[in-house]
Amino acid sequence: MSKVTSLRDAVARFVHDGDTVVIEGFTHLICFAAGHEIIRQGRRDLTLCRLTPDLIYDQMIAAGCARKLVFSWAGNPGVGSLHAFRRAVEGKGAPPLEIEEYSHFGMVARFAAGAARLPFWPLRNYMGTDLPRVNPRIRHVTCPYTGETLATVPALNPDVSIIHAQRADAQGNTQIWGLLGVQKEAAFASAHVIVVVEELVDEAVIRADPNRTVIPGMIVDAVVVEPWGAHPSYAQGYYDRDNEFYVAWEAISRDREALERYLDDFVRGVSDRAAYLKKRPELAARLKAKARYCPGVNYGF
Amino acid sequence: MASVAARELVDGEVVFVGIGLPNLACNLARATHAPHLVLVYESGAVGAAPVRLPVSIGDPALVTGSLMVCGMADVFQLILQNGRIDVGFLGGAQIDRSGNINTTVIGTYERPTVRLPGSGGAAEIAIHARRTLVVAKLSPRAFPERVDFITSPGHGGAGGDGGGGGGASRRQLGMPGAGPVKVITDKAVLEVDEATGELVLAALYPGVEASDVRARVGWPLRCRPRLGRVEPPTATELRLLRDVLDPERRYLQG
Repeated sequence: MSKVTSLRDAVARFVHDGDTVVIEGFTHLICFAAGHEIIRQGRRDLTLCRLTPDLIYDQMIAAGCARKLVFSWAGNPGVGSLHAFRRAVEGKGAPPLEIEEYSHFGMVARFAAGAARLPFWPLRNYMGTDLPRVNPRIRHVTCPYTGETLATVPALNPDVSIIHAQRADAQGNTQIWGLLGVQKEAAFASAHVIVVVEELVDEAVIRADPNRTVIPGMIVDAVVVEPWGAHPSYAQGYYDRDNEFYVAWEAISRDREALERYLDDFVRGVSDRAAYLKKRPELAARLKAKARYCPGVNYGF
Repeated sequence: MASVAARELVDGEVVFVGIGLPNLACNLARATHAPHLVLVYESGAVGAAPVRLPVSIGDPALVTGSLMVCGMADVFQLILQNGRIDVGFLGGAQIDRSGNINTTVIGTYERPTVRLPGSGGAAEIAIHARRTLVVAKLSPRAFPERVDFITSPGHGGAGGDGGGGGGASRRQLGMPGAGPVKVITDKAVLEVDEATGELVLAALYPGVEASDVRARVGWPLRCRPRLGRVEPPTATELRLLRDVLDPERRYLQG
């Protein structure tokens, strides 16, 4: 049976108030379409986890979706700050936001433990830093073989992970190329997985290049087709990152009213991603990716 | 700063590249004296050869033409923790006397005056890279006696309740790498003194006096017995930086 559904139905079914939610993707393949749908459906009290909260969690924090943020680098890459996040953490009039902070290696290790269904993951890290002082969930263990002390981080097992990808079949066999981030680990760590893709393809396309499959259909609950669903993030081979928008976000997020206007115009004020794209007709001309194909691989035997 | 930082890199080394100016310096080194530099980005690009200056460390140009693209679990476990990184390259909002770097908060953690982005990969880079280079503009605010928060560890001296080094050496704490050994600023180069674990003045830019540097550092800065002179950027370096690598002045100022 096909798992293909609309983003509206997937979010309604798998994202609930109070859930631990992961929308992953390191710069690449960040599913803004899903974040916007969660805002439109008015979800509350979410624990949002991501290595880099990026603009999408800044928007979700501003829209009042989040109770807690679990992260390792909260900035606007190459630009500056996430101001909705900063207002909440610096106590500047915004509703308070609980934070739980790691480094990238710590977050990666949390997803790895979650994906392997282990309670924690050991890593040689954090000595000499103040991070364990402010995050009591970073602990230590004595290695039973060498006696050395290693840092540990607890498994992260989200209620739902939302993964944007270039393509999948109707069963959710999902292929990603370009930067892979921690999508594989996040998906395997989660109770439910929603995959949002640029293109739905036949199973034969997946089978023709199985090494490209990062997430197997067996762990996927829903497949959503949403072209340009990662904008202003990017999809390698489909469209470039909208760096102009990332730069523009500095002024928008700094001004609470401008941010509300943005959410009214481009999130709450549109019914879905197709309507959002109708308001940005210039995107394709500016950002569509140039062709750069790799030669074929021989899978024969 | 970018050209001074680039000259620190030796051809063939494996560099873990941080966001901002380090990105520019590494790409300048690759375009000049170090064509075989292997650029590793925490985003998963290994041996990247970007044809445009990456705006972020997750830029699509890092993938196109790269030697390898892997997941982030592989970057941190199989490359960094495995001991494959020669040079880590970091920036920071604050750097202190012991070379500790703060990219987390100004003020207290619980009630910060300014909330900065946090560690990203910086904590583990400063722990694992064989040596770490730091780039930062010199100012009293950026160079206090002691950072408000240790995101990336320097050389003991630090100490906090539960966190921090508590005066123990990096080796005693089990850190594989040498840590921040050199800080490249816009006026001078500071180096860690192996005996005391403290940053000292090592070299001056043309036209800069030691007193200019001391006035911008929040502790009594000691000098190496023989101060070096930093050579200004060459015409080739300037042309590459201004016309080829950063024509939009994303990282260069002035």
